[in-house]
Amino acid sequence: MNRIQQLFKKKQENVCSVFVTAGYPKLESTVDVVLDLEAARVDMIEIGMPFSDPLADGPTIQKSSLQALKNGMNIPLLFEQIEEIRKTSQIPIVLMGYLNPVMAYGLEAFLEKCKDVGVDGLIIPDISLETYELEYRYLFTQLGVPLTFLVTPRTSLNRIIRIQNNTETFIYYVSSSATTGRSSNFTEQQESAFLQFNELKLTVPVLAGFGIHNQETFHTVCKYFNGGIIGSAFLRSLEKGQSAKSFVSSLI
Amino acid sequence: MKYQADKNGYFGVYGGAFIPELLYPNVEELKAHFTEAKEDEKFLSAFRHLLRDYVGRPTPLYFAPSLSLRYGANVYLKREDLNHTGAHKINNTIGQVLLAQRMGKSEIIAETGAGQHGVATATVCAMTGLRCKVFMGEKDMARQAPNVARMKMLGAEVLPAITGSKTLKDATNEAIRYWINNPDSYYIIGSVVGPHPYPEMVAYFQSVISEEMKKQLLEKTGFENPDMVIACVGGGSNAAGAFYHYLDEPVELIIAEAAGKGVNSGKSAATSVLGSPGVLHGSKTLLMQTKDGQVIEPYSISAGLDYPGIGPQHAHLIESNRAKVFAITDDEALDAALILSKTEGIIPALESAHALAVLEKIKFSGQTVVINLSGRGDKDLETYMNYL
Ligand SMILES: Cc1ncc(COP(=O)(O)O)c(C=O)c1O
Repeated sequence: MNRIQQLFKKKQENVCSVFVTAGYPKLESTVDVVLDLEAARVDMIEIGMPFSDPLADGPTIQKSSLQALKNGMNIPLLFEQIEEIRKTSQIPIVLMGYLNPVMAYGLEAFLEKCKDVGVDGLIIPDISLETYELEYRYLFTQLGVPLTFLVTPRTSLNRIIRIQNNTETFIYYVSSSATTGRSSNFTEQQESAFLQFNELKLTVPVLAGFGIHNQETFHTVCKYFNGGIIGSAFLRSLEKGQSAKSFVSSLI
Repeated sequence: MKYQADKNGYFGVYGGAFIPELLYPNVEELKAHFTEAKEDEKFLSAFRHLLRDYVGRPTPLYFAPSLSLRYGANVYLKREDLNHTGAHKINNTIGQVLLAQRMGKSEIIAETGAGQHGVATATVCAMTGLRCKVFMGEKDMARQAPNVARMKMLGAEVLPAITGSKTLKDATNEAIRYWINNPDSYYIIGSVVGPHPYPEMVAYFQSVISEEMKKQLLEKTGFENPDMVIACVGGGSNAAGAFYHYLDEPVELIIAEAAGKGVNSGKSAATSVLGSPGVLHGSKTLLMQTKDGQVIEPYSISAGLDYPGIGPQHAHLIESNRAKVFAITDDEALDAALILSKTEGIIPALESAHALAVLEKIKFSGQTVVINLSGRGDKDLETYMNYL
């Protein structure tokens, strides 16, 4: 059982996962930021692998990605940083990023290295379910690094079931049809979509993300899902120099 | 058929649909409607009707006597520059706007580089009464100012892309983000790029180019097939249309790509040489990237060729040696534009000038060559004036 599966075994509610761009705000920030988040009682960390063309991301993550690339961030360096983290921490780590940098590293080598340094899961939004089934499933399952799929309020029931069948860790529920980083509160329509999804009673854990930026939005998703994922809001707080501890305590 | 897309949108190993779940319903909806529409005689006849009466097709196939004499070949120009709005781009926007109407859409979005696709999109939106937003890199807005003015006059909103190199790649990123945030809009992609079914669909709408070429050549020469078809490739839509009906024929297919200031100058857009397999804008293709997989900012004097990727079908044609590529520098393209202007009285678009420049690179002995003259040079006059 990997660290994510262990986490969900012991905790099914209010799971708090925080996203941070690797190499942001400084190249060497990754390790400290992750350890600070762990000390602030965050349950899981998603580390973003920066890409020059982040299509599904809003301005905040675009900006942090470009800054990280300017700082000299890359995947080999990230693996070193994760090795450093793993010296003292057993927090579940998910790497999130676009496919192209992973392809450039070499998918097979990448998966092996993930296994090696203690990465527990991957989120690669531009690998669709179809592409996964067509091209990649064999490699991911063979090498034992689970992929997390996104579902949105527009994903059909049929497809949700197929995604569930391909899920070993958790599903990422995208709160709305939008790029990352919105900071408005959830609409009634969104909440009724959450409720509907909740009523499916899936057999795998589900975390909701996109647009979770304060206590209210975090609590709302925790009513319907196993927990929430905070990304842009944390990056904005980092930019302002707020400590991970005060950010997290303002949230949960 | 081995050069066409398979049912999952792959051309060999390239293509596919590398899209986030957020776009899955959009792309599925599009695929379903396109599959239906291309079998629907009513849709096809509306498409043909507009190509004839609105665009002005068929475009002439012109035997260019001065070029022929100069290069020792029978040089024909497929005059896509004579289309309404001045380039081949409108063939595709007519097809896609009809599809958007069929799908009940009320808002159209598009990306544009040179502005030709933006103008062609703004034009069909004006014609059909659909709302139109065009994303354009800030740098391109400056170097193709006349096209920005045209789009505005046609009632489109032009939104500057201010990230990255502020050119076509960034405009495409912004259009895709807008599409994610506004899934009810219809995204008219301007070239044979993007997730399946776009590359296949855009090539299909552009295939009228080679369909006409075949008929016209037969009339003029007694043969449907030339020895060679030459076209420039940014994303590759004019080339895809010019090659379409020749893919399985014994005809040499030649791609002119933009070498910028030279393939090894660090200021280039020669994807076939500088690119390696990667994923951008929803498909797997040849892509200019660093060893870490970050997309490299391309460079070309021609805004329409200033793109770090290439349509997946072209990647496949190149790798399977079905098509041959020539990398043409800015200066070679400018020279070719001058030659065509002075000797045939036709001012070509800078993009098309790259295709013309290939004539300098081949030793001919009387072959029949068709060059797809993808557009006219009005939009490039400022650049030409600086060169004269
Ligand atoms: C006249 C002309 N030719 C060619 C191109 C390049 O596009 P494609 O490679 O899709 O034909 C453009 C793009 O703007 C153009 O305006």
